Amino acid sequence: MTGIEAHVQQPYKYGFVTDIESEVVPAGLNEDVIRLISAKKGEPEWMLDWRLKAYRNWLKMSEPHWPNVKYGPIDYQAISYYAAPKQKPKLDSLDQVDPKLVATFEKLGIPIEEQKRLTGVAVDAVFDSVSVATTFQAELAKYGVIFMPMSQAIREHPALVQKYLSTVVPMNDNFFAALNSAVFTDGSFVYVPKGVRCPLELSTYFRINASSTGQFERTLIIADEGSYVSYLEGCSAPMRDEHQLHAAVVELVALERATIKYSTIQNWYPGDDEGKGGIYNFVTKRGKCLGANSKISWTQVETGSAITWKYPGCILQGDNSIGEFYSVAVTSHKQQADTGTKMIHLGKNTRSTIVSKGISAGRGQNTYRGLVKIMKGAEGARNYSQCDSMLIGDQCGAHTFPYIDVRNSTAIMEHEASTSKIGEDQIFYLRQRGLSAEDAVSMIVNGFCKEVFKELPMEFAVEATRLLGISLEGSVG
Amino acid sequence: MPKTENRKPTTGLLEVKGLRVAVAGNEILKGVDLTIREGEVHAIMGPNGSGKSTLAQVLAGHPAYEVLGGSAKYDGKDLLDLKPEERARAGVFLAFQYPVEIRGITNSYFLRSALNALRRERGEPELDPIDFLQFLEAKLKAIGWDDSMMNRPVNEGFSGGEKKRNEILQLAVLEPRLAILDETDSGLDIDALKTVAETVNNLRAPDRSFLIVTHYQRLLNFITPDVVHVLADGRIVKSGGPELAHELEAKGYDWLRDAAMVS
Repeated sequence: MTGIEAHVQQPYKYGFVTDIESEVVPAGLNEDVIRLISAKKGEPEWMLDWRLKAYRNWLKMSEPHWPNVKYGPIDYQAISYYAAPKQKPKLDSLDQVDPKLVATFEKLGIPIEEQKRLTGVAVDAVFDSVSVATTFQAELAKYGVIFMPMSQAIREHPALVQKYLSTVVPMNDNFFAALNSAVFTDGSFVYVPKGVRCPLELSTYFRINASSTGQFERTLIIADEGSYVSYLEGCSAPMRDEHQLHAAVVELVALERATIKYSTIQNWYPGDDEGKGGIYNFVTKRGKCLGANSKISWTQVETGSAITWKYPGCILQGDNSIGEFYSVAVTSHKQQADTGTKMIHLGKNTRSTIVSKGISAGRGQNTYRGLVKIMKGAEGARNYSQCDSMLIGDQCGAHTFPYIDVRNSTAIMEHEASTSKIGEDQIFYLRQRGLSAEDAVSMIVNGFCKEVFKELPMEFAVEATRLLGISLEGSVG
Repeated sequence: MPKTENRKPTTGLLEVKGLRVAVAGNEILKGVDLTIREGEVHAIMGPNGSGKSTLAQVLAGHPAYEVLGGSAKYDGKDLLDLKPEERARAGVFLAFQYPVEIRGITNSYFLRSALNALRRERGEPELDPIDFLQFLEAKLKAIGWDDSMMNRPVNEGFSGGEKKRNEILQLAVLEPRLAILDETDSGLDIDALKTVAETVNNLRAPDRSFLIVTHYQRLLNFITPDVVHVLADGRIVKSGGPELAHELEAKGYDWLRDAAMVS
């Protein structure tokens, strides 16, 4: 082929470094470091004990190597597990946030200043290991909605945290979840009370800034009976030659008739054309539809990271509960992604929908890996899976591993899969109608992703469309 | 009525000279000469493999076609030097033999994007969805078509006939100066053929030229060309008025191919 050469050249837009004085704990991991993190967060005894237990578990585990990704060994003793910008310890008002931090988030399109805030969206801004600002907290409190950094929740709402923490992702669920349990720093905590429809979109923005650090946030969202919440996370990191580890755990709990909509726009630094640098995004995300008629919907747009390893899943425990997974994963440059979902059907008449769109360009490798498990008691369970892959150029790869485990004969399963290649003919057709090559690719890719983008909150759908255009810019010669 | 005899002595909108083109290393066009003046309708006929579609594709700028020699001037510019989108914006339109499908993008959105790309080039304001809808409705009404194809994804699930009709609709919307129709008649039943021909006839204008590539004469029963060319083995071996098409229908291509071999 003459016209399509996969060479992505667009520089990463969010790769700047904020020059701010930080307190960084020396590299290395041992019980003292965990005690230090716990002390910095002002945690109660039970939390520290829990962390230490997780750490001892982790020591006995080994890094998983079954994903379809390749990387050199990670030296866990070379990582700093805590980095925080130096600022006044207790903030009474958001106006006291360091202007450099305010400017950083502003540059990322996340204004946290009172007068510039996004309408209809409450934001928790996390910088390295700490939350630096959470907007609209008071407004949300009027509805009984708790939206705060995890470390604050551990101090202020210990009963809720203790009741639900690790009920969805056990502390030793996997190697990275165990590591996270031992060293996690800030993430967001959300509780939506019975019957409340959360009046704002909730959003957390994660920014890695310091070098040689990892980010290990932990998020817990609880939607009580009959409530509704829509939550969105975004993220980015500076361009650095080193790989940085991001190992998060996200747990969602939906009680009876509750709905949680969780959207991710993941834009970690992907590394350069040769695969130098970039984030290792090794994340465990899982939701539990605990109550009958509850619903959890995951939507993810994954454009960043050198390596992505994540399977946001749903445990459909309540009868008639619904799990959804809508995903767009883009790999260009030398990015690798092994991502998909797990739908575990326990309750009767539980339903799950999986729509996965993988796009590979450059020398990217994109793997869909999904598990649908119908347990014995899941009478009348249904699953619909659709996995589509798109290839741009001829040096990339797409792989699909759907696992299906059905233990109840009343289950109905549907699986569709397709692989297509953006052909020279498709691009030529659009160019012949006057569109530039880049607009042509963007149109084809956006059409391909449409079923997923329509699940995103509107303003974020626009952002996702734009981001996808940038990620693939230059992938057509 | 053939206009060949009394056409104005203007220079050609398209002037192709000695054009040689290869695909995957095989020389397909071996020196094509062709001049199309403003407002003229030319038909290129010829047996399978003679290079008809290659000529259409290379004029539109398909990257898989390699120009070995010769020239093509369009409106005084070096056509072969322009990117496909630049040619399109300059008013060159190709109705594809095999229109491609674009998943998830509605026909209406696609058409608007294409039209706006052209309008930007012409320094005209872009049409927003509402203005475009009005514009489109007028176009559809003018050609007597309904809007049933507008909210479907581009060509996805379209029948062969619908795809070809959709190409002609784009032609009507984009109003090119040079419209190249590549085997638009193939795969059309007689009714669809008539509809398409009628639309093309309505789009004939003094400032719009057509190059109609076809294997069969039947489309030319409904669209009367000014000039008919026969392409055989990569060269134009004979040109004439519309009566040439009838002659080809009666006698086939072999006699011309033999002539080309001899020459």
